[in-house]
Amino acid sequence: MVHLTSPAFKANAARALSDAGLQKALARSKPQFQAKRAKAAAGLPEFEALRDIARDIKNHTLAHLDFYLEDYAAKVEAAGGTVHWCATAEDARAAVLRICRAAGARTVTKGKSMISEEIGINEHLEAHGITPVETDLGEYILQLRREPPSHIIGPAFHLNREDWEKSFRESHTDLPPDREFRERRDILAEARTLLRQKFLAADVGITGANFLIAETGSSVIVTNEGNGDLTQTLPRVHIVLASIEKVVPTLEDACVFLRLLARSATGQDFSVYTTFSTGIRRETDLDGPHEYHVVLLDNGRSNMVGTPFQDMLRCIRCAACMNHCPVYQSVGGHAYGWVYPGPMGSVLTPTLVGVEKAGHLPNASTFCGKCESVCPVKIPLPKLMRHWREREFERHLTPATTRFGLRFWAWFARRPTLYRWATRAAMATLGWAGRKRGAFAALPLAGGWTAGRDLPAPEGDTFMARYARQRREVRR
Amino acid sequence: MSREAILSAIRRGLRRGPLPPDQAAMLRGRIAAHPRHLIPARSRLPRAEQVALFVRNVEKEFGTVARLPDPSAVPGAIAEYLARQNLPPALVAAPHPDIAALPWADHPLLQVEHRAAREGDAVSLQHAFAGIAETGTLMFPSARERPTTLNLLPETEIVLLRASRIVGAYEEAWDLLRAENRDGRTGGFMPRNVMLVTGPSRSADIEQTLELGAHGPRRLHVLLVEDDPSARA
Ligand code: SF4
Repeated sequence: MVHLTSPAFKANAARALSDAGLQKALARSKPQFQAKRAKAAAGLPEFEALRDIARDIKNHTLAHLDFYLEDYAAKVEAAGGTVHWCATAEDARAAVLRICRAAGARTVTKGKSMISEEIGINEHLEAHGITPVETDLGEYILQLRREPPSHIIGPAFHLNREDWEKSFRESHTDLPPDREFRERRDILAEARTLLRQKFLAADVGITGANFLIAETGSSVIVTNEGNGDLTQTLPRVHIVLASIEKVVPTLEDACVFLRLLARSATGQDFSVYTTFSTGIRRETDLDGPHEYHVVLLDNGRSNMVGTPFQDMLRCIRCAACMNHCPVYQSVGGHAYGWVYPGPMGSVLTPTLVGVEKAGHLPNASTFCGKCESVCPVKIPLPKLMRHWREREFERHLTPATTRFGLRFWAWFARRPTLYRWATRAAMATLGWAGRKRGAFAALPLAGGWTAGRDLPAPEGDTFMARYARQRREVRR
Repeated sequence: MSREAILSAIRRGLRRGPLPPDQAAMLRGRIAAHPRHLIPARSRLPRAEQVALFVRNVEKEFGTVARLPDPSAVPGAIAEYLARQNLPPALVAAPHPDIAALPWADHPLLQVEHRAAREGDAVSLQHAFAGIAETGTLMFPSARERPTTLNLLPETEIVLLRASRIVGAYEEAWDLLRAENRDGRTGGFMPRNVMLVTGPSRSADIEQTLELGAHGPRRLHVLLVEDDPSARA
């Protein structure tokens, strides 16, 4: 499992800011991600209207989630598949292991799946003598390097070409050590050749799912490489790892999300492969798996239903929020310390691992609102982050913790790199409070503040009031 | 049991018990009716322009298209394409009646095997169920006559598509499938697998730089047979 280091966000972020390789990767990727999405969205006049429709479809589905899940499961079973309902990550790990053992599996190929990171399936399989092989190119190199993903759709975007070459030379020891990688294509070709053998040898293929469709009992994966399709087509057994909020009612509903997903994520109009899998190989089929299992994971999500955090269950994991987040773009994904980084992670992680371990992640925000403005399903991410902060106060966290929070702010304000974007527009509410009370007189923050700047109205009086009160207490 | 635990936690959150029968019936009605949502205007065009949009979008996504006057031109077009790409004149083809009916005998040098793909196959010929103009997307529902591996294993995928099978939006392609396909196992229309394919395989995982031919085909070449007089350019 991705080892939880969220409590160390502060130290993680400091390390990230001084990591030259990471900063190079961030500088390369940020303009690309943002410009591509903007162009794709502008190319579809209906894009904004589709966002509203997408939000409404998810809200409708979540309001009837029990019904749609049962209906979906019945359709899977009619198509010869099996649904394994798993309340916890542990249940899901056990289910996957059971299926692999029953299949006599020695190696398992894997398509990209965030749920697989969430439940830590690789370590679990390894511990039981089964070798998991990541086949998404980005996930593959991370597996070689024993690193967690740093981005939900570009898991290895933080690596540079030198890193790829070095890892390949160190890991692929059967190949001539003096071989040349003249172009990026040569790196790709080496991975393709090696992984092709893995695809052919695997006994079980594990993929994630971008959507589940109640109408047909289908799981949908959206990829560009084709690795997910090889993973789910060649082995005798296909396991789908999916969480309960992935279900949508019909193919027509799915079309709305598909029009938004690639445009929001990579700026493509459509990904290369959008594949609908429904049950087992049919009698007359010449290929496809003989077993089809869906491991349906809850892991705390059902508890979000009926709370303000229900909105988060609309997330389609497009990564637009992190691609547009000034904090993420400064520190990358690893600093967040768990599977889900960026604004969506700051909201989701505390619900999944507990507010005491990740409750300060929502502080890693400038509340600039950019994430919400690009989210294809219009999740009010800043509002939900604020909710977490208010909850922390309502829980009367110990003074030590509160002080830590405030030190965190002061620390943040003192970092020049963070400071630059912070002053750009972002920490408006903080700066406003700070100025008014002269609280930041001792910090370099005050000097950079343009006097004539329009300050956005502070959002959330309650928080500000509490913040000021807490601050006074701490200073005493 | 996990299933009950999950469902009751959801219901607790929604502050209700299991959905009353009348409401469940309404939701079943919504699924049966599968209403369409907003469909982008871009693909609602006269036939000829719709086909042109399809071609443009395939090319935008790094695929290639050859427009052929009728099916009899297909084997020749394949032989020519393979020669141009410096590929040997051999392919594995979908065991589909439309493909079996092509005049292969006119090109005795082309070696054609009608089966699913295996490792080592360099070129496949696949049969497209439909083309979707909106994004230049091909629809491949799995069937005995349309094995999925043909879309994945070879480095070069050639696709046979009739112009009359090009629709505007994804929803129209699903409606074609609903109307024409029967699944032996479920009695519904959904086969085991439906791939929507838009261009050749690619990855941008290395420094966000696009490279074609990740794990799937590096080349995607569409042979568009003009069987629709109203769709001709
Ligand atoms: S929160 Fe919104 S923008 Fe962020 S990953 Fe989820 S759907 Fe995309």
